[in-house]
Amino acid sequence: MRRRAITAGDGMRRALAAAALGIALLAAPAPSRAAPLVADLSQHLVAITTGFTGTEVLLFGAVDEAGDVVVIVRGPDREIVMHRKSRILGVWVNTAQMTFPSAPSFYAVASSRPLDEVASPALLKRHEMGVEYLRLNLPRAKASANVADEWRQGLIRNQQALGLYQKTPATIHFLGNRLFRVRIALPANVPTGSYQVEVFLLRDGRVVTAQTTPLHVSKIGSEAVVYDFAYEHAALYGLIAIFVALVAGWLAHLAFRKS
Amino acid sequence: MQIYLPIAEMSVNVFLLLVMGGGVGFLSGLFGVGGGFLMTPLLIFVGVPPAVAVGTEANQIVASSVSGVLAHWRRGNVDIKMGLVLLLGGLLGSTFGVGLFSFLREVGQIDLVIRLSFVVFLGIIGLLMLYESLRSMGRRRAGQSARGKLHQHTWVHGLPLKMRFRRSKLYISALLPLGIGFLVGVLAAVMGVGGGFVMVPAMIYLLGMPTSVVVGTSLFQIIFVTANVTFLQAYANQTVDVVLALLLLAGAVIGAQFGVKVGARLHGEQLRGILALMVLAVCAKLFFDLLAAPADLYSIGVGH
Repeated sequence: MRRRAITAGDGMRRALAAAALGIALLAAPAPSRAAPLVADLSQHLVAITTGFTGTEVLLFGAVDEAGDVVVIVRGPDREIVMHRKSRILGVWVNTAQMTFPSAPSFYAVASSRPLDEVASPALLKRHEMGVEYLRLNLPRAKASANVADEWRQGLIRNQQALGLYQKTPATIHFLGNRLFRVRIALPANVPTGSYQVEVFLLRDGRVVTAQTTPLHVSKIGSEAVVYDFAYEHAALYGLIAIFVALVAGWLAHLAFRKS
Repeated sequence: MQIYLPIAEMSVNVFLLLVMGGGVGFLSGLFGVGGGFLMTPLLIFVGVPPAVAVGTEANQIVASSVSGVLAHWRRGNVDIKMGLVLLLGGLLGSTFGVGLFSFLREVGQIDLVIRLSFVVFLGIIGLLMLYESLRSMGRRRAGQSARGKLHQHTWVHGLPLKMRFRRSKLYISALLPLGIGFLVGVLAAVMGVGGGFVMVPAMIYLLGMPTSVVVGTSLFQIIFVTANVTFLQAYANQTVDVVLALLLLAGAVIGAQFGVKVGARLHGEQLRGILALMVLAVCAKLFFDLLAAPADLYSIGVGH
């Protein structure tokens, strides 16, 4: 019920935003004087509620004249611990461990044309456009270059399997030469925190301009209350969990006795 | 209908959880067992992180043991003195166990240790139960009733710190129940089980307690040990999902009612035989998962 209400609200806001954008474009005096790139999200807050099964955020915008657009969505950077298994007496056991001090918790990219046609590898690398260009650095003392790359590929594969790093870039659709839109899919297990949505306008393999928009993903309602409470008041949470179980067990006993 | 579990941080179908709770509840009513040793692996099979499965299951066992012990209490089937000695061992064991759990989680070995413990214990218990039930089925068919010696004197009776347990009609060393309690406490913390499936045989065969007080006394002890595990897991590891525990419990309460009714119509040894086969099936599944080549050699661990 709550979920449906939010979706309906989203639809309204999307429609309003699109209408506002249309009016703004009509009102713009001359194409040459307009900002080269305008973009916004249909919503800046993604709420994880009881019925949350993933969602889509619509990014839309306009450019002053034809060009390529690339959008990067990055979740907050986190420390990620990785393990590698090997076989001991027939059983697969974690035998090696490596820590990435800082890796994006979520990463997705979208572009109007395939990324390798839009810009040179050097530029893609500089702006981390595409999963393969993510800067996932290990402490240099801990791993040689090719070993580090295996760990990096392992991290990317795992994050892709979780749906947190995108497997193939999404396509940005142009309506005519100037209006564009793309849907950014966020899975059910999307990490919470402050996201950055970067929108790049490229022409002839060069970045003309770029814009950054924030996106917040947070748990809302009872989920947030339970989660925050479990972490911030861990001891009290434990006591309440026991109390709830005692009461539930007693109620179950009463139900049994009646039958 | 999907529900988002706040601590497990995943979206699961509510009906799946209710059916799982109901199924395991049915079995626990049918066989008179706690069901933790079936529920924890099941939760792992549906994708709940093993650490959360263990912490949450301890919480659920508190509830199911309370409803169980109240019935035994009314019939006077609880040896409180024995329960308290077992409990002392259990509290020490479970506190040590949660520490061990945190350490293993830190070094990335907790999933392996949980799975290995289940394979070892389910394997041993399953085989023993199967052997026992086949033997008694054979005996029933042969029409003879074997009767063991009433009292056997072993090394167990030479231990110091002897105590009298009036309700159980025993005069034995307190070290023995303390040790059993400690071991079961460690298992409760690491495996997310009540430990009844280890404690009940130990109480009968090692301590020589009368069967009438065994179940009530073990449930009495399990409540406090799993409560201790719940508290410590919630405090040290934040792995107790109350929402998940309540959903499982709701299913289990209803399932157990049917289980008890069906169980009353079946023979004890047949029941034990069926339970033994199921325990062995779960054990085999976990065992082959450990041997099978993993989908990816690299995996993400727990952050700090």
